[in-house]
Parts: sequence; C-alpha cells; structure tokens
Amino acid sequence: MKIHIKNGRLIDPKNHLDRKADLFIAAGKVVSIGDPPQGFNASHEIDANGLVVCPGLVDLSARLREPGYEYRATLESEMEAAIAGGITSLACPPDTDPPLDEPGLVEMLKYRARSLNQAHVFPVGALTQGLLGENLTEMAELRDAGCVAFSHAEKPLDNALVMMRAMQYASTFDLPVWLRAQDASLSKIGVAHEGEVATRLGLPGIPTCAETIALSKILRLAEETGARVHICRISSSEGVEIIRQAKKQGLPVTCDVSANHIHLSDRDIGFFDSNCHLIPPLRSLRDRDALKRGLKDGTIDAVCSDHTPVDDDAKLLPFAEAEAGATGLELLLPLTLKWAEESNVPLTDALSRVTSRPADVLGIESGILSPGAVADLCIFAPDTYWKIEPKSLKSQGKNTPFLGLEMKGRVRYTLVGGHIVYEATPS
Amino acid sequence: MQRQLNKNGELQHLLTIEGLSAAMLHHILDTAESFVGVTEREVKKVPLLRGKAIFNLFFEPSTRTRTTFEIAAKRLSADVINLNISASSQSKGETLLDTVNNLSAMHADMFIVRHAQSGAAHLIANHVAPEIHVINAGDGRHAHPTQALLDMYTIRHFKRDFHELKVAIIGDIMHSRVARSQIHALTTLGVPEVRVIAPKTLLPKGVEHLGVHPYHDMAKGLKDVDVLLMLRLQNERMQGALLPSAQEYFKYYGLTPEKLALAKPDAIVMHPGPMNRGIEIDSAVADGPQSVILPQVTFGIAVRMAVMSILAGS
Amino acid sequence: MELPQTRDILEKLAKDIRADLTGDVILVGIHTGGAWLAEELHRMLGLSTPLGMLDISFYRDDFERIGLHPEVKPSDIPFDVDGADILLVDDVLFTGRTVRAAVNEIFDYGRPARIRLAVLVDRGGRELPIEARFTGVKLDLDEHRMIDLLRNDSGGLELRLRPGN
Repeated sequence: MKIHIKNGRLIDPKNHLDRKADLFIAAGKVVSIGDPPQGFNASHEIDANGLVVCPGLVDLSARLREPGYEYRATLESEMEAAIAGGITSLACPPDTDPPLDEPGLVEMLKYRARSLNQAHVFPVGALTQGLLGENLTEMAELRDAGCVAFSHAEKPLDNALVMMRAMQYASTFDLPVWLRAQDASLSKIGVAHEGEVATRLGLPGIPTCAETIALSKILRLAEETGARVHICRISSSEGVEIIRQAKKQGLPVTCDVSANHIHLSDRDIGFFDSNCHLIPPLRSLRDRDALKRGLKDGTIDAVCSDHTPVDDDAKLLPFAEAEAGATGLELLLPLTLKWAEESNVPLTDALSRVTSRPADVLGIESGILSPGAVADLCIFAPDTYWKIEPKSLKSQGKNTPFLGLEMKGRVRYTLVGGHIVYEATPS
Repeated sequence: MQRQLNKNGELQHLLTIEGLSAAMLHHILDTAESFVGVTEREVKKVPLLRGKAIFNLFFEPSTRTRTTFEIAAKRLSADVINLNISASSQSKGETLLDTVNNLSAMHADMFIVRHAQSGAAHLIANHVAPEIHVINAGDGRHAHPTQALLDMYTIRHFKRDFHELKVAIIGDIMHSRVARSQIHALTTLGVPEVRVIAPKTLLPKGVEHLGVHPYHDMAKGLKDVDVLLMLRLQNERMQGALLPSAQEYFKYYGLTPEKLALAKPDAIVMHPGPMNRGIEIDSAVADGPQSVILPQVTFGIAVRMAVMSILAGS
Repeated sequence: MELPQTRDILEKLAKDIRADLTGDVILVGIHTGGAWLAEELHRMLGLSTPLGMLDISFYRDDFERIGLHPEVKPSDIPFDVDGADILLVDDVLFTGRTVRAAVNEIFDYGRPARIRLAVLVDRGGRELPIEARFTGVKLDLDEHRMIDLLRNDSGGLELRLRPGN
C-alpha cells in the first residue's frame, strides 16, 4: 500500500521534528518526509490538515485480559480500543490466568494478537513461576517466545533473596526486570493513600513508605546485581525523588507513571467513587504535583495507560471491595495532552513520553518517523473535544474516573506497518 | 458529591454528619426533644409514619442498634421488616445492590443500613429510587450519624451550650465510625476544643485535619474536660500488632475514678455501648454519678424517631 | 371587615361555658392559639382542675405534603384521661382537621368519659363532621382569608385578620 499523508503537522520527538510536512509510506515503512520519492503513486491519500502526525503510541502497560479473564474483556475488544486510542505497540503484564510463565502461553497470546493485525503486543513475562515469588521462570525460553521484559505485576515479591536471584538471572541474559514498588505487609489491607482523606472516609490506608521502602530495596538490589530495572507506576513525591537520586548516581533505572496519577489525587475519591480505587492508590495533591514535575523533567521516563478493564458489577461495590483499576487505552493520548497543556510542556516533549521514551524502555524500534522506520503512526486532532462515556469507549471496561468529562485529543487514523487499522467515523 | 440534601435543602438521606449545618443538627435535636415527650407517656406511639415500610438492612449483626431503630420506627406506627443479611445471601453471590433492588421492589420507603464496609450506605443511596430514604446505621470505619446525634443530644441536655465545652474522645479512634461522626458533629456545633486520646497505633494519620487535638497522655488529655466520650475497644485490636494487652490498655487509657477526677468535677461520662468493663472503663465510673450512659438509651430512640420523621416528611 | 372586640367574644364564651359547668371538667388547649385561650379561660372560670396542652404535629393528616413542622412543642397531659370530662379548646374552628387530630391524640392517652369543644371563632368551611359545643362568635369568611389569635404587646389576646388575598 502506498500512502501519502499530506498537510499534517509532523511531530517526531526522537528526531526533534515538529513541522508541517507531507509523509510518504510504502511497503509498510516510512519512505520519505517532505517530498515524494521518485515516481511515487499513492494508492491512498490522507488529508491531515489541522491534524498532528506522530509515531504510534507505545503503552507500557495494558491488560488485555486474555488468557483467563475473558468475562472482563477480550483481546478483540481491547485491541480495538488500543488502536482507537492511537496505540500501535503495547506491553501487557503477566498477571493473566494462568500467568505468563510458560512459553506456550506467550506464543499463544502473540499469535492471537498478531492474527488481529492491529497493534503490536509485547508480553511481559512472569519473573517467578505462578507469580508466587518463590521459583524462577525460564526467562530465556520466554524471551525466545516473545517476552521483552519480566515483571511481578502487582503480586508481592517480598523475599529479598528471591528478588536478588531473579535480577541476577535476568541480567545474565540482559533482560530488564520491571517491578512495582509496593511493600506487601504495609499495603496488605490498605485501599487508599494513608492520609487526611482516608482518615475522614474511614478507609484503611497504604502509607507512602510502602512505596519508598520497596523502592529502596529494589534499587539496592539492582545496584548489587547490575540488573536493568524499570519501576512501574510510581505514585509518591518521595518515590520520584528517590528515582531522581538513583539516576544521578548513574543507576540504569527507568520508571513510568499511570496517566491517572498525573491528574488525580485522593481528593477525587469524593464520597467513595470506586472508579478511583486504583493500585497504587491516588495519593495527595503534593504527590500528584511531584509526579507531574517528574514526568516533565524526565525523572519519570514514560506515561502509560495501566489499562485495567473491570466489569461494572465489580465496581458497584463499597470502595474497599470494588475491584481496583481503570480503563485507559483510549485516554492515554488526551490525558497526556492535558498534562502537557497544564504543565507548559511543548507537544514534542509531551509526545516523547508516550512514543520514543517508552519504546526505549521496551527496547523496540517503534516511536520514530525517520525514513526507513516501520510505519506505525497516530494521526490525531489535538483540539477536538470528545466526551468520555460508555458509548464512546471501545474497551469493554467503562470504569474510569474521567467518565462524563470532555477531553481534548481525538485520534482520526491509526496506522500499523503501513496499513490503516483505524479510521474514526465522523461524529 | 453530597447527596444527602435534596434541591430544597431538605434531608433526603442521613449518611454522614459531614456536610450538615449546625442549624440542621439543632433541628434534628429539637425534633428529638419533642419525641422524648412521647416516649415518656403511656401510649408511646404517634401515627406519623403509619403505612410506611421501613427495612432494617443489617449486613453486620447488631442487636442493640437494630432494636433501637425498630422501636423508634414502631413508635411512629411504621411497619418494620428486619433483614439480617449475613453470609447466606452474600455467599450465594447476590451483590449488595441486587439485595437492595429486590427489596425496593417490595415498596420499601426507608432503608436503615449497617455494613462492614465504609461507603456502603452512600453506594445504596446513590442507587435507590428517589422516593426511598436511606439511614446509615454504621458503615465500616466511616460514619454512624445517629449515634453521634444522640450523643450531641445528651451533651445538650446536660451541658446546654456547646460553645463553652472541652470534649475528649477516648479510645480506638482509628477504627471508630462513632468517633468520626462525633468529631464532625462537635466541630460543626462549635465546640471550641475537641481532644482525641489514644496510643499512636490507634490514631489515624492526619486526624488533626478533622479539627481535633491528639493526646497520648490521658492525664494531660483529660485536664478540665467537660464531656468524656468513651469508645469501645474491640478484642481484635489485641492482634495485628496494634496493642499488647487489655491490661496495659486499661492501665494507661482506661477510665478510672482517679483519672476522671482530672476532668471538671461536673464532667459527664458517655459510652455508646456495649461497655467492656475493666478494659476501657472501670465499673465504678460506669455506674457512678457522672455516668449518663443510661439516659443515652432513651435519647437514642427519640433521636432516631426524629431522623425518620424528618426524612419521611421531605 | 370589622372584627368584634376579642375581649367581648372571650367574655361571651366564658359566660356560655360557666352556665353549663360541671365540677370536674378539664380544659385542654390546642397549641398555640388554643393553648393561650385555654389558659385564659382556666383563669376566668376559676377552675382548680389541671390544665392540659396538646401539640398535634404528630397527628396531622398533611405530613406527607408539608413534612414535620419546624417547631414542635411538647404535649402536656398532667391528668388521667381515662374517665375524664374534657373540654377541648381551640382559637379558630375551620375545616375541623385540627380537632380531629387532637381527639385522636387524646385517645392515645386513654379513654375519656366525654370530649366537648369550645372555640373562640367558628368560621364555617367544615370538611369533617365536627361541631363546637361553645362558640364565641360565628364569622362568615372567604375561604382564602385567614384569621389568627395573637398575643399583643401588652400580653393580651387579640384576633386579627391576615392581610391581603
């Protein structure tokens, strides 16, 4: 397919590109920017006047709910949601049922995803068998099956010795270890950030030190073992500061934040809105502001959706009993744009947090628009408002704290491997 | 979102003391006062809520609170249906809202809800038909508004003016819905000094943001206090590394005559019941002249009658 | 319209009651106007029996429509209603609903030997089969016109028509 995208505002963070130019695609790759190659005959033209053309979004965490949780959502619906959100590559955590600790399961998932011809799926393998925190998985085999990294999802990995061994083993094969900083015993019964709001609402709290203690442990072990570590879903201002210091010391650590956490705080729980029951919990305004700053100054490398579709019944319960998580694939772009606008971040930098930087964390070649690069693109209308409501979301998960709000940033086209996989219907 | 008041500012549900004005609280107390008169005559019934169906939805067992609500409802001539929804229907997979929807279909006018989870009453109130009123009889650690109201009634009865008082709440503030509701009521009614007295493990983080002064030393905390609100200490607190033993708790935080003597000579002692004698309170104090624990019970019925009447009439 | 002097109506009412007085009749006034009236009559008639007061807020039939009255005064029945000869006192008799509520409330206290009704003003417009045994004055008022018994500055009782439509 030969595609000519004309009049768009091309933004390629990796190449520091932000200008109006045409873009030409052939055989699944970007062939030229600006002028058409010799004898280029487009089979398809996209008029991107007034639209931004950027690399397809790279989401570091999206739960697709397969295998095992098909009652919550299916691969089909969630992959539809991903491309509707402009996402062309996504990593999915290993906490499926069964967990992704066997090469066969990973192959099956990759196969299923590939056959849909939509976004690229990068499974993150389980660090320990069954995610039980005791025995190592066959990380090399899993890598060969398609895993790009290994994590423990939200399951506790409190045994420092096991964590250290897992990091050593992973780094033997130069495989990155992705970990959440959440101490199990300190966060066991908590459902909200330990502080003023949780006290007033009578909700058991998770103290900030549950994150900082776990974070320090992870970083000390990373230093000890030389493993490449990625911290998932940082949530506190103290946590951001610890990462900042670690990076200054030259530790090979990266981290991400959830798109929800750069906008919301525990105050948004209001009178027990279970859509705000998230892991890690939404912390104070001070924490939220530190996360925004951390994302701006690069301490936090990427923002991800942390997409977790939950069926309605599981949210219609008292706060503590409601299942944690929010749907997010279709909100990643508007929430990133909102943060950029509020924090005075130029669009190029902002988009890097959802394209080139997460691509670097994943170790994949996406997130770039240079000639020769795979044509994974997102074309969106930066100033178009749309309402977040069940009927406007393709994901089966309608559980988001942003329900009912209008957001700016509407995807018009998503291209994967030079094919238009998503085209918005005019509304 | 505050859903307790309808667009006319009338009380539609009673879920929490937060968000209620001092005027509204006094209105409830004044109405309760007129009902005290009713409870003192021989025919204790009035026909106010005749034909109304009130459902007691107790997801957490409680004989005492449920009985008080039942008596109050019957004195208003309402029909009362008691539902102890224990593990049975919950284990059959029926959700909280399923249960409520099924009961709503039986023409309920009012639900009185007690649940082990904070926010349960709010969840129910957000999902019932507009004509149905919900009273929170205790949700997790969050709120127990009718208990706080009857405590305020008792204080007003014995002490008259809230603006001159020092009030101390003693015990497991961390896990107490009664304490949280009392704190909101006291601060709203203008009590200038509200103290909470407990070991650090039983004080929730940020409690001072609720407008109270935390004390760990009971002697300091009780000095010149006019009203002592005792809280019950659950047995479970001795596990989970919160407290070492009942004995040590009683020694440092139990109310004995000696400690009571540090408060004002005419200070009153209250307790929501049931009391753990010898753990949070000494029998000499519980049965002593400064204890107003028994009158609290009568006031409790009148206060609940007042709440039900005000809701039903809105 | 000109109202007759309240004092005159009061004197006439007291005279009528005095003419038919039995020794142990008990006056029960309905808050608020009827209570004042009962107090005044109790003094004028020189009665030694107790004086009762009723607040009918909990017995009204319009609770669903207008809710609970903001100021509920306590009822006070300091005598045994069983076998009592009660004279219910109210200021204005109109639809009869207030008296119905009062009678219901009295029956919640016990079983009286008889209840009779004394009112200062009977203004017609009855919606229930209720009549007064003793009436101060009969007035023919337009149904939208309201008349109240008030306490004036010197503490005396005074009937007044509410102004306007």
